[in-house]
Amino acid sequence: MRTTTMLGLTTALTLAASAFAAGADTIKIAFIDPLSGPFAGTGTNGLHQYEFAAEELVNKQGGVLDGDMFEIVAFDNKISPKESLIQLQVAIDQGIRYIAQGNSSGVANALTEAISKHNRRNPDDRVLFLNYSAVDPALTNDKCNFWHFRFDANADIKMDALTDVIAADDNIEKVYVIGQDYSFGKAVAAAAVRFLGEKRPDIEIVGNELHPIGKVKDFTPYARKIMASDADAIITGNWGADMVGLGRSVLENGYTGPLYTYYAAADGITAAFGDAGVGSLKLVAEGQINPPVNDRAAAYYEAFKAKYPDGNISQARITNVIEMLAKAINEAGTADDVVPVAYALAGMEHESLWGTQLKMRESDHQIIQDVHIHAHTNDGVTFDYDNSGFGLKVDSTVTMAAADSPTTCKMRRP
Amino acid sequence: MDLILVNLIDGLVTGLLLFMLSAGLTLIFSMMGVLNFAHASFYMLGAYFAFQISLYLGFWMGLLIAPLAVGVMGAGVERYGLRRVHQYGHVPELIFTFGLALLIEELVQFIWGKNQMPYSTPEILQFTAFSIAGNSIPAYKIFMIFISIAIFIGLLYVLTRTRVGMIIQAALTYPKTVEALGHNVPLIFMGVFGVGTALAGVAGVIAGPVLGTFPGMAFVLGSIVFVTIVIGGLGSLWGALVASLLIGWITTFSKAYNLRMEDVLTGLGFTKPEPIWDSAWRDLWSITSPQIADILPYILMVLILIFRPYGLFGKRDA
Amino acid sequence: MSDQLSTDPTKPAQRMRAGSMTIPLMPWVLGAALLAVLPFIFTANSAITIMNQMAITIIFALAYNMLLGQGGMLSFGHAVYAGVGGFACVHIMNMDDFFAAIPLPVLPIFGGLMGMGLATIVGSFSTRKAGTVFAMISLGVGELIAACSVIIVAFFGGEEGVSGDRTYGLPFFGVEFLQQIDVYYLIAVWLMISAALMYLYSRTPLGRMANAVRDNPERAEFLGYSARWVRFYSFVASGFFAGIAGALFAINYEILTEENLNTTQSGIILLVTFLGGVGFFFGPILGAIVFTLVQTVLSLQTELWGFYLGIIFVLTVMFFPGGLAGLIMMHVPAMRLGKLGRLGVPYVKTLGAGLIGCLGAAALIEMTFHVRHASTGDHEMTVYWTTFDSHTVLPWVLAIGATLVGFGIARKTAPALAEAWNDANTPDGTAQ
Repeated sequence: MRTTTMLGLTTALTLAASAFAAGADTIKIAFIDPLSGPFAGTGTNGLHQYEFAAEELVNKQGGVLDGDMFEIVAFDNKISPKESLIQLQVAIDQGIRYIAQGNSSGVANALTEAISKHNRRNPDDRVLFLNYSAVDPALTNDKCNFWHFRFDANADIKMDALTDVIAADDNIEKVYVIGQDYSFGKAVAAAAVRFLGEKRPDIEIVGNELHPIGKVKDFTPYARKIMASDADAIITGNWGADMVGLGRSVLENGYTGPLYTYYAAADGITAAFGDAGVGSLKLVAEGQINPPVNDRAAAYYEAFKAKYPDGNISQARITNVIEMLAKAINEAGTADDVVPVAYALAGMEHESLWGTQLKMRESDHQIIQDVHIHAHTNDGVTFDYDNSGFGLKVDSTVTMAAADSPTTCKMRRP
Repeated sequence: MDLILVNLIDGLVTGLLLFMLSAGLTLIFSMMGVLNFAHASFYMLGAYFAFQISLYLGFWMGLLIAPLAVGVMGAGVERYGLRRVHQYGHVPELIFTFGLALLIEELVQFIWGKNQMPYSTPEILQFTAFSIAGNSIPAYKIFMIFISIAIFIGLLYVLTRTRVGMIIQAALTYPKTVEALGHNVPLIFMGVFGVGTALAGVAGVIAGPVLGTFPGMAFVLGSIVFVTIVIGGLGSLWGALVASLLIGWITTFSKAYNLRMEDVLTGLGFTKPEPIWDSAWRDLWSITSPQIADILPYILMVLILIFRPYGLFGKRDA
Repeated sequence: MSDQLSTDPTKPAQRMRAGSMTIPLMPWVLGAALLAVLPFIFTANSAITIMNQMAITIIFALAYNMLLGQGGMLSFGHAVYAGVGGFACVHIMNMDDFFAAIPLPVLPIFGGLMGMGLATIVGSFSTRKAGTVFAMISLGVGELIAACSVIIVAFFGGEEGVSGDRTYGLPFFGVEFLQQIDVYYLIAVWLMISAALMYLYSRTPLGRMANAVRDNPERAEFLGYSARWVRFYSFVASGFFAGIAGALFAINYEILTEENLNTTQSGIILLVTFLGGVGFFFGPILGAIVFTLVQTVLSLQTELWGFYLGIIFVLTVMFFPGGLAGLIMMHVPAMRLGKLGRLGVPYVKTLGAGLIGCLGAAALIEMTFHVRHASTGDHEMTVYWTTFDSHTVLPWVLAIGATLVGFGIARKTAPALAEAWNDANTPDGTAQ
């Protein structure tokens, strides 16, 4: 039995070593996200967007520094915090200094703490955490650290933009807030209540409830309750199957008002809604896909579609991560020491591929950018999602959303 | 009042769907003593097969062919897998079905990928049957109710009025005697397993368009099916029906009404500790019924197992 | 009891305890030496992390096998005892004053006690019956506690879990456990202690009675033992060691989440234990090693790792219900006869060819998957460190050829292997 141990570990080591084989002049970025299991669809699509962005935006432009190329190395974390920490260790051992992760704030919380501890305990091989999608506000508030950078607008910022739109709509008098029972769902609900209270005290919150995450088979009872409450608008932070389930039940039940969401697009969701979602489904996000902002963005999307016909650019910010990282590495003059790179990233201003200004706020490493309210539609959509003919079109825009929002972050810098 | 009626209908739909799954499972259990962990996986296969068929031949052919295909697969699993494992005892059998569930989920992902499939209800049923107080009841739900009831009546007829049913019923209680009387018990086993999985397949075909056809659909439903048959009493068809409806209504009503623990505790004479966010009991005070709706069946099951281990309608110990 | 030791050695339970105290000492010394040396061979931090994960899984699987293998109790919710023990330890790490007064290496005791406490409560009603009732109660309780983890935020921290910092404890002879290697030795020592204790437990009268109750509860009752209490004690002991595994998890990862409690985790430990083999004490150890490697190393190579694992698992249950350990122990009679060597050549012929067949089949699976799911125009794929175009004929011919030839030869040489097997297991005519 002990021989088996040896054999096994030898295999482990050989396999791990084989990953070293790549060329010396590459800057590797570890992509730690689910590539198997129920969320693999989202993870795989994100990985494609990273690979494509690195290739198009950096490598084809001649790389960074003296022609160093970006390489995305994929690690499957099975959306488990434990597996993420193992894969983080493997990545660090392979000499990777940049960690990208986005799906699930729970994983992001585990990673940011592990990275902060690792960097404190191992000053020789520090790493940076490029969070491109986990939007729990705590990550740039109480739990912020110098190594974490968030490229997505956090839940509060998005809600700030969303409530601007709701506040401007006089037809809305009753709002129903529903979400998944965990940190993100609670953050969305709390922000909705707070911002609506500030901006439109006359709006009545007729429902504010949480349901178990990923466990609800049939949303009909919730839909009935929402109908019974006479709500004019619904706000939800649901994602994945919970989003489809809730949205379809509500619409099937005859609801016609706006359904404000965070994640009701791509990865099969747009196709699942199809015609039913037109007129109701709204989504708050950064990155304008439709109508295309300029020829460059359109060409980029077309090239992506040509390579991945079944894929979607559902996370436009991924191009920002790659471009800003390349810029920071060039500014710092090194990719091996992440401290100057982090200093270059903090406070960086950048013009996004999607035609808007970006600013990485120095105080909490939260990016500040334009936030759009999109509508789910098939009218005037140049680039659809899921090849369904339906896609997202920008309805309205909040410029540099929440640029002066307060933060509780007390950052310790090396 | 109107809302109660609406919820009764919704709960009925959920319950009957659960019944189609648990009916097959309870039959398989009582006959072979196997708790088939892969049962919900056959339900998922039903949905995926029907989706694939509906692309070419339409929904109705899917409803016809997919359950048959699932049933044949189920019978094959029994013949070439389970029968082999049977000799090692019950625990390996159970573990075999557990592994099978894992494998089927991976297989589905391998073939159809990881995203949700655009499998939808047939157009002929895409209208509102009737509305109660502004709540629309889609025709498809009525269709689901009819299919399930038809299946229940059909099963009951076969089990109690036909010769095959008599043999099966006899084999439920005295398998050895039935074998001694010259009946081919292994063949009966294979047949029951095939029919049971085909029933799960039917459930998948009609639930796929409403609840979504995605690789996690078996996992979401997985253990609740066991809970149903344990509550109802292992091996009892009526028990499965009653338990399914019970679970359907309990979960629907606790989701549809916001019963708050705070009100319950205050009603019992407790005073709310202030400030609440500092109290160790804050989570208990903030519980609402929709939050715990989906775990109520588990609580019910544990209580039933402690106080009445043979379930509501069961005759033997579980 | 020593006169019973000579009874039927094919029964796993009896084989487990065969021999006197002195003989099994050797594997333990070897094991300890190996644990001490391993980090010098595999120095990378990730290798150490993987070994830590392995050791934790080993303890957990051994604890689980106290129920499944020794007691015949199938639990679908055993992760909660490890999880709750781990959560308790993270909370202790966060109690600044208290934690600063105790050295980190004693922390697992608290985790164990916590797991034991919970097991005592649950066991008081769940162990009254064995079989399906026990399995279903374990499933129900497991689901309940896992669901509570997102509701009772004060203890479980909701979806994001609870995290702590292990380095704030009282320094242990100057070691603050900053590095993975320090943690490795801590876990290794606890692995040896727990494995030894669990082994000794299996040899106490109580451990033997657990076997008796598993095999024939009625007869055990006639002998004057309460089957229920025997099950209860096994359950509580198992909860204790599961709690220790949870505590070591807390020390290694410094975070516990809902994932440590849910049914998936409970299912995994069942899978690990069964894969290794429930009939032998060292079975779960093998299972934990193989599973951890598949999960962490194979998943780096292919996203289809779950698919392969499923196939391996189902085939194991179908053909080798004794698991990996059973497979190895099948060779003991031949070894006793001194004829193990005769199996060498037939093995190489059949299994070598079979291996080629498997590799070919795996390549076919990978290529099919690539053609089906890779992006359009992306024809380039890498299998076995060879990069090629998946839309050309040659790789398919090679893979199909390897599969057919491999399995073909394996099939052809199988009778010879069976013959050699019979020969190796039959004593020669001469007396030994």
